Amino acid sequence: MAASCVRTAGSVLGKYRTHWSRQICSSSALLRKNLAAAGPERFSLEFVQKQVEEFEVGKRHLANMMGEDPETFTQEDIDRSISYLFPSGLFEKRSRPLMKPPAEIFPRQRVVQWGEDRRPFHFLFYTGKQAYYSLMHETYSRFIQVERRQDRLRATGPTDSDLTKPPSLGTSRWVFKEELEAMLVETVTDQDYTRFLQLMECLAALPQAEGEESWVLKHRRQVEVQASKQEVPPLQTDAQGRAYSTAEGRRKTSSGSVVLRDAGSGHVTINGTDLLSYFPVFQDREQLMFPLQFGGLLGRLDLEAEVRGGGRASQAGALRLATARALLSFLSAREVENTRQAGLLTPDPRLRERDKPGQEGARKKFTWKKR
Amino acid sequence: MALQRVSFRLRQTVARVRSIHTSGCGHQQEALAAEPERNPEPFSIFRTQESDPAGQSEKHIGQYYTIPPAHIQTVFPHGLPARFQVQMKTFNEGCVMVRPPALEVISYLKKADYSKPALRFLFFWLDGVKGSGKTMSLCHTVHYCATQGWLVVHIPDAHLWVKNCKELLPSSYNAARFDQPLQATNWLRNFRVTNEQFLSKIQTRHRYVWTKREFTEEGRPLGELVDQGIARVKSSSDVVGAVIKELRLQSSQPEAGFRMAVAVDGVNALWGRSSIKKEDRSPVSVEELTLVHNLRKLVKNDWCGGAIIATLSQTGSLYTPKTSYLPHELLGEEGFDRMDPFVPVTVSNYSEKEFESCYLYYQDRHWLQHSQSRTEEGKKEIVFMSCRNPTALERLCAFL
Repeated sequence: MAASCVRTAGSVLGKYRTHWSRQICSSSALLRKNLAAAGPERFSLEFVQKQVEEFEVGKRHLANMMGEDPETFTQEDIDRSISYLFPSGLFEKRSRPLMKPPAEIFPRQRVVQWGEDRRPFHFLFYTGKQAYYSLMHETYSRFIQVERRQDRLRATGPTDSDLTKPPSLGTSRWVFKEELEAMLVETVTDQDYTRFLQLMECLAALPQAEGEESWVLKHRRQVEVQASKQEVPPLQTDAQGRAYSTAEGRRKTSSGSVVLRDAGSGHVTINGTDLLSYFPVFQDREQLMFPLQFGGLLGRLDLEAEVRGGGRASQAGALRLATARALLSFLSAREVENTRQAGLLTPDPRLRERDKPGQEGARKKFTWKKR
Repeated sequence: MALQRVSFRLRQTVARVRSIHTSGCGHQQEALAAEPERNPEPFSIFRTQESDPAGQSEKHIGQYYTIPPAHIQTVFPHGLPARFQVQMKTFNEGCVMVRPPALEVISYLKKADYSKPALRFLFFWLDGVKGSGKTMSLCHTVHYCATQGWLVVHIPDAHLWVKNCKELLPSSYNAARFDQPLQATNWLRNFRVTNEQFLSKIQTRHRYVWTKREFTEEGRPLGELVDQGIARVKSSSDVVGAVIKELRLQSSQPEAGFRMAVAVDGVNALWGRSSIKKEDRSPVSVEELTLVHNLRKLVKNDWCGGAIIATLSQTGSLYTPKTSYLPHELLGEEGFDRMDPFVPVTVSNYSEKEFESCYLYYQDRHWLQHSQSRTEEGKKEIVFMSCRNPTALERLCAFL
């Protein structure tokens, strides 16, 4: 039973694989001498669509083989089934058997832009950046339309209903260069991006551009307030009715947790010992003090901390982060935003750099000897 | 903050009272004229004019008293901690805070029965925090003893006797022991400065032979013995032993006419290990050192008419873990048995009042120069960073 399953799946997969490696423009590619210079292979849209259909069918086959419901068979199930049916020990992960949706294997960049008669679909194909230039073209034609409308209004004498303001942009920003590249599926140079911004600004600044709002907003993104993402747990109260809050933090290999208690005298305990004996170095104590000082709660809160792993500096860093996080519950929303902007809530992502073979350390080289 | 406010208010009222007196009441003017002479220092809440430790009481806790400069020369030629000496030089005065541990010991000393064997006091710190002021409390007590006219045998740091020995000689008296001539001479010299008045009064009870030609007859003053030790470096360790023996014998007798205070800093060195090496590179055990051998006899309370005050310190001790701070940890089993019984006195960090006093003192001396240090925020920061530990506070406020 199992053997037949594998064979069937193999046949499904094998077929799929052969399709994937088929070249549409094989004849011309073969005629050319330099195959590598031709760039990556290109696939026609119909071919990709056919692949999608075949993928759907193959997926249903696979679901049946595994004895599961084809309707609810997800990509995760596919991956699991493939690794079960074709266990592979190949080192290179990309060489292992796989079955992915065709959209992942044939990205949009590699779809052919010309028809059977070898003529390009798009009239701006020979600019080399057809998506970018068609976007600019479209925007500018809209700009001209708006200007014409203005001229007409000026000639007839505007009424109150005709006078409209430029589209309100609100708290949004223009798309970044990377986002624009993703939209166009093309690379955009810095200069191109600047020209795009200039044109868009001109269009957005025009009055009587009521029809163009959706077009402008399509190229804008909402700006979110960062601090609103910050989760502030509410204060808890213990058996004596004292407010307290807990938080955790880590840095390098240290991880620590902090309990801040209200109505204290600024007493600090770390792993059951005094602050001074746990952190004899001035700088470490300063690290721990800073969030409390920034929040203006120095001397009011009692701090109780547990910290494990790492060295003294990283332990101090971990506790600083944990303290800052625990402190949020005691602060107002405005102060929380200030704390974030001061960088107290940002974890330190730096890690130890690995040693390299042939070198003494991560960067240091062995002493150079002539012979 | 509260204390500061009180001090401001008091200052104002004092000024006002004076002005009223001068303007209105003629009959009090003589009294007023006498007042500035009796009390030349400006009024301050963190200072006390009571410079005699015997007169200090609970109400002076947290206040600074000034050791008279003459006493610093005679009582503490070597006993004060190095950083305190630097601070004395900077501030041009030796001010010591009156703290509960020293007051407690002084009150015991006042009430003690000196016909009984000597009392033993042991300063140690409670929370395992270093630098809480054990040595300064010891010095305060020593100052009390000195002002009361006691004979003070002060060993500033016993740890120095069991390490870093430049010259080690086999003893001429007992071949199994080792002499440390440099340390012994040094100590004898300071002993001579401290107890100038007793050197001629006390007379030897035994005859001591140093070499074939040199000897000290019975009935000679103690000063001659000490001078002998300083002049003849080779026999200095044995002279220390002889001095200690004489003092022990004579203080016990009622007609002696003096009381003896033995102050040992870092008493745990006497039962620890030493880092001194012999010729053959084997370590010298502590009881083989003549000085330590004699000091142990002195710490043993088989004599009367005095008191033994000692501190335990991890700082400077050898082969002890950093985390140990309790007496039985530092003294070891043998040391604890020998020191038992003793009166334990714990020295802890500054209380809120003491901290406030110290903060005001530093401000008064213009030692806190940063503009922020005078604000309330700055003070909170200092409290957090120093954890109210005297040494940490001193280092924090000191120059870089």
